[in-house]
Amino acid sequence: MSYHYVLPEISESGKIGCSLPALDVPPTELPPKQLLRQELELPEVSEVELMRYFTALSKLNYGVDTGFYPLGSCTMKYNPKWHEDIARLAGFASIHPLQPEESVQGALQLMFELEEYLTEITGTHATSLVPIAGAHGEFTGLLLVKAYHQDRGDKARKKILLTDSSHGTNPASAVMCGFEIGVVASDGEGNVDMKDLESAMNEEVAALTLTMPTTLGLFDPKILEIGQLVHERGGLLGADGANLNALLGQVKFGELGYDYVQLNLHKTFSTPHGGGGPGSGPVCVKENLADFLPSPLVTKNKGMYKFVSPTKSIGRVANFWGNFGVMCKAYAYIRSLGAEGLKEVSENAVLNANYLKEKLKPYYYLSYDRICMHEVVFSGRRQKAKGVHTVDIAKRLLDYGLHPPTVYFPLVVDEALMIEPTETESKQTLDAFVEAMKEIARDVEENPEVLHTAPHSTPVRRLDDVRAARNPDLRWHMRS
Amino acid sequence: MNRKEYKYTVEHEWICPESGNKGKVGLADYAQSQLGDIVFLDLPAPGTQVKQGKKMGEVESVKAVSDIFAPASGQVVEINQTVIDEPGLVNKDPYGAGWLVRLELSKPSELDALMDSDEYDKFVAALSEKESE
Repeated sequence: MSYHYVLPEISESGKIGCSLPALDVPPTELPPKQLLRQELELPEVSEVELMRYFTALSKLNYGVDTGFYPLGSCTMKYNPKWHEDIARLAGFASIHPLQPEESVQGALQLMFELEEYLTEITGTHATSLVPIAGAHGEFTGLLLVKAYHQDRGDKARKKILLTDSSHGTNPASAVMCGFEIGVVASDGEGNVDMKDLESAMNEEVAALTLTMPTTLGLFDPKILEIGQLVHERGGLLGADGANLNALLGQVKFGELGYDYVQLNLHKTFSTPHGGGGPGSGPVCVKENLADFLPSPLVTKNKGMYKFVSPTKSIGRVANFWGNFGVMCKAYAYIRSLGAEGLKEVSENAVLNANYLKEKLKPYYYLSYDRICMHEVVFSGRRQKAKGVHTVDIAKRLLDYGLHPPTVYFPLVVDEALMIEPTETESKQTLDAFVEAMKEIARDVEENPEVLHTAPHSTPVRRLDDVRAARNPDLRWHMRS
Repeated sequence: MNRKEYKYTVEHEWICPESGNKGKVGLADYAQSQLGDIVFLDLPAPGTQVKQGKKMGEVESVKAVSDIFAPASGQVVEINQTVIDEPGLVNKDPYGAGWLVRLELSKPSELDALMDSDEYDKFVAALSEKESE
């Protein structure tokens, strides 16, 4: 049976999928009748039917454990299963967030040390682990920017500058924080256009948010100059740390002139993501912002760990202490690799991306032909000239059992294909991807129809995303 | 009215001057072709004051969300309800049935700063050339 059914459709009255255990608590009266539902239409299926249903669904899943997943800017690296074991240790998984500090010293020690590691890795002064997603970390960083300027009595700084290759969350976070947006252009080499920055950077600008490496997968060699200019004019420099995987152990954001950086533990520090969470987006700050960090931080005093609130804290940005399970996995990752291992991560991530860049360059247009960092951005413009679009290439990759790269982003590259292989892929896997991309490039010339009608081998064929967006119908229509 | 008589912005909006200092506004063909299939439009309500060059709405395609900028200052007097219900009209007929709003212009002389259709066509040709370099 295909997956095209839901449990109520195979439900039959009287089928039972479980047997209830013997009652081990005293029987009690039911609540008053008017509070009880008369009917509760739970599907009635047998255990084996239930198992087949969920197994069928699980087979439709595609993840890093299934195959290559070069989704640019998302760092879909392999997540070692050992981390899951660590996060599931009873001392971490079975504690309650309101337990007294004395009774959860191990968990607090892990948080304290993780704060220290992230501070060290980013070359900053202090770290808050509280934000529960990447964009939440960005948002928190901007709240710190706001608090910093207000504390200095500078109320004119209402604007956040972004580059034209920014992640979509960058402007969204700034607007959510009540800022206006200013956009700085990229120059012909994909770096920040210094003239544009020079004219945009005035006394209304609170901060420049600059992803490093940029979303074009390029390291901007003028970063020190950029930081200097922003600081001279009274602004702050903030990083969207989505691309930390390229810099891990090589260079520190603090040394590049950044005042704060938001991290994605679920990307760089290898915890599962892509299904909507849970994430973790710590914010690491220099001394000038440390007093404003959200509450709580973990400190160590006379051998005891405890929660504290910084003196001018912006307060709480999430309930309890953040996504602790993700912190456990990131901690396990850092400890198992060590400083040398983390360095190798970025070396191999950058090497793999450059390998793909060189191998695919003869077949796909490279908008910025220079050494890239952890990801490489191609343009599908050569194929577009033949009537085949990037979306067709992406759909065709599904037929090879590969997850497509990020497409149509960054917006500054026409028909963009943004490929991030990550360090965990072997040369064999990369070569298989290159072969698939070469065959696709050949099909563009010889057999474009196979691209226009792709995918051919997936459970559903090409979806009509235009109709879905114009007339969304989110209801399952039950077979009666 | 012929699109030759429209005026154009660098952001690819057009405005068609009408009698009584009014003007009909829409997106140029180049804008719709770059955006791809348009799925949603967020237009300013009638009565809204808009300012030349400032954001007055949003257009969402399957690829991206973009701002719509007012080609001239004034007050929104009418919006095209048909295009809200059927955003694909912007793709099908950007200069006709796909119009977006009608403005009452507060400074009609602002239109002089916009491109006429010949200038605009040259502007788009230069962009397309750059794209296929």
